[in-house]
Amino acid sequence: MFKTLSNRLDKAMKTLKGQGRITDVNIAATMKEIRKALMEADVNYKVAKEITDKIKDEAIGRKVMIDVKPGELLVKIVHEQLMQLMGGTTAEMNLRSDPAVILMTGLQGSGKTTFSAKLANYLKKQGRQVLLVACDVYRPAAIEQLKVNGQAIGVEVYSEPENKNPIAIAQNSIKWAKENNKKIIIIDTAGRLAVDEAMMTEIAQIKTAIQPSEILFVVDAMTGQDAVNTAKSFNDRVNFDGVVLTKLDGDTRGGAALSIRNVVEKPIKFISTGEKVNEPNSFDIFNPDSIARRILNMGDVLKLVEIAQDAFDQQEMEKLNKKLRKNEFDFNDFYSQIQQIKKMGNLKDIISMIPGMGKMLKEVEIDDFSLTPIEAIIQSMTPKERNNPILIDGSRKKRIANGSGTSVQQVNNLIKQFQEMRKMIKKMNDSKGKRFLPNINPFR
Amino acid sequence: MGIFGFFNKEKKESLEKGLEKTNQNFFSKISKAIAGKSKVDEEILDELEEILITSDVGVETTLKIIERIEARVKKDKYLNAQELNKILKEEIVALITETQQNDPTQFELPAHTKPYVIMVVGVNGVGKTTTIGKLASQFHQIGKKVVLGAGDTFRAAAVAQLKVWGERAGVPVIEKGMNTDPAAVAFEAVKTGIDTQADVVIIDTAGRLQTKTHLMNELSKIKRVIQKAMPDAPHEVLLVLDGSTGQNAVVQAREFTKVTEITALAVTKLDGTAKGGVVIGISDEFKIPVKYIGVGEKIEDLQIFHREAFVASLLESKS
Ligand SMILES: Nc1nc2c(ncn2[C@@H]2O[C@H](COP(=O)(O)OP(=O)(O)O)[C@@H](O)[C@H]2O)c(=O)[nH]1
Ligand SMILES: [Mg+2]
Repeated sequence: MFKTLSNRLDKAMKTLKGQGRITDVNIAATMKEIRKALMEADVNYKVAKEITDKIKDEAIGRKVMIDVKPGELLVKIVHEQLMQLMGGTTAEMNLRSDPAVILMTGLQGSGKTTFSAKLANYLKKQGRQVLLVACDVYRPAAIEQLKVNGQAIGVEVYSEPENKNPIAIAQNSIKWAKENNKKIIIIDTAGRLAVDEAMMTEIAQIKTAIQPSEILFVVDAMTGQDAVNTAKSFNDRVNFDGVVLTKLDGDTRGGAALSIRNVVEKPIKFISTGEKVNEPNSFDIFNPDSIARRILNMGDVLKLVEIAQDAFDQQEMEKLNKKLRKNEFDFNDFYSQIQQIKKMGNLKDIISMIPGMGKMLKEVEIDDFSLTPIEAIIQSMTPKERNNPILIDGSRKKRIANGSGTSVQQVNNLIKQFQEMRKMIKKMNDSKGKRFLPNINPFR
Repeated sequence: MGIFGFFNKEKKESLEKGLEKTNQNFFSKISKAIAGKSKVDEEILDELEEILITSDVGVETTLKIIERIEARVKKDKYLNAQELNKILKEEIVALITETQQNDPTQFELPAHTKPYVIMVVGVNGVGKTTTIGKLASQFHQIGKKVVLGAGDTFRAAAVAQLKVWGERAGVPVIEKGMNTDPAAVAFEAVKTGIDTQADVVIIDTAGRLQTKTHLMNELSKIKRVIQKAMPDAPHEVLLVLDGSTGQNAVVQAREFTKVTEITALAVTKLDGTAKGGVVIGISDEFKIPVKYIGVGEKIEDLQIFHREAFVASLLESKS
């Protein structure tokens, strides 16, 4: 059920290869696959739509379809876009006030209590004087849970078991912290639903009463489509400073992270993995790259993409691109492109991705797919002829046919198709990257 | 097929507006979309796709539903939104495995199994302990003798949490404290159930992510040890799923089924805005019925699952 994005793209690209032609249908199908993959990773429906649009624009801008390996370039673009959306830099907490108060909030069962202890442990290890405060007065044994966690990491826990007013407990804890030289206060609160008006009012009141320097919204990484609604509601009420993603030691794809980031534009600051509060690797600073990879379920696929791109001579490629842009594509380039392709192996698959090639091959009807006649023809041209094919008149054609062991008819075909190819490239350039094929309008 | 045809109408609406739109009533949207039409077109499928995906139904199941609707409509033709709505509900309901209960409106226990042993499993924080407390209370209220087993000996204060629920429900809790062998606790609870002629024994277990092999295997062990006290137990293995979980719930169902045969599902936290649509595909794929839904944190906030009501709420907005 969970096909990886690269698998999906492969499938889409196969259709493309099969048709040997790049059309609006192909690119649309590819974008649909990307969007489906994102939604399967729990990226919100609307957000997936937006992201796919951005990817589409980027793909058009970078002329994916004239790339030798459009599928892989596309995966790369998708990854880059996800990274960008996730926010490139890591965001620090604001702990400047004295004492600095960190308020934790989120849905029931999202992992607030466990994470509070992990954060306390992390700060304690930095030599800070930390205090944990138990403000979940509702869930049975929640206070005791925090106490046990506090003990495990050697951090004091402030609680008032008889007091049922979390606002008062929070306020009292700050007073207590000042008297007892605690510099950072982490306040654990009860889980609450965004639609629970009374509880949302309560968290807003806690905020007003204690003016925390940092509010963290804790969210289960397995959350589905509702993540956007919840994040938005909490943000509207308490204007939180950052997000914590928990339970990432599971195998969830974590698309909720992307959705939340997109809807509230607050940085994801920490990730939480594992249940043990005193294991140093159960707590981490958020890394956009790893979550982007996770959402795509790519693992090392990206690395493979890079290797493949390296194999394809970068310099040659750039030279070719420049020439393509300047409408200077000539038989020399054609020849070197054929050499490049041969280096990469698996000719039949790749060849149809080169603009014009698919069609050409069909007409030439090379059964066992040999590039030899084409190569031979080009090799029999003089350097001048390769640079400037217009020079090739009737007698030159005869000479070339003789030299390459082909017929004048074959030489004619190649030249004709080469010119068509140039025309197409020119059209592509004229459209200034807006569309791939000017006469079709791929994106309505 | 016009599914996921998002290239067709690129309405440049802001995300926020879009989200608001999601909250609109599906029925009214469908009504608008099909006004004056006699067949299901792109626009209707788009609306359908949106409502199902945003309810966590998932891509595969959404496609399946849409295919079924298309097939049905080709055969039956519909006249108005009401009829399409009805067809839609029927098709989704048909995907959800039925419970074998005599009276699906009442909490009940099979007559001839005593004690009826229920083992409750799931990932961390989904609401296992809370659901057990609520269930215990329901059974207690219909005059059944209930025993609870505090098998979560791992998470801080988990035993204390279940004990509070036991007190609230007015039923005994068998426990051996924290960091003890959960299988031994389960054995003890079943044994106590037999000795005291209880009607039902419900065993809590620690939350575990399905990726932790050793913890997953521990469940098989607990099950085996329970069988030493009562060979045909557990009679029910209840997998608790958090209603706000997305597509990972499918993986949870698959993996938990591998180590203990899951016989029923409970979906919690449906008092929020999440729709829990992922259970449709799960019930369909693994043929497991959904028995209970959690709709709050109070002891009475547990309901018997109704396929029709669930599907109706999926298609209607809550806010
Ligand atoms: N709103 C709401 N919260 C729930 C529901 N079921 C459980 N919870 C809350 O979810 C959190 C985790 O529940 P718990 O029973 O401890 O989960 P466990 O780790 O699976 O045993 C607690 O704060 C519960 O109060 C429900 O149906 N609705
Ligand atoms: Mg529990």
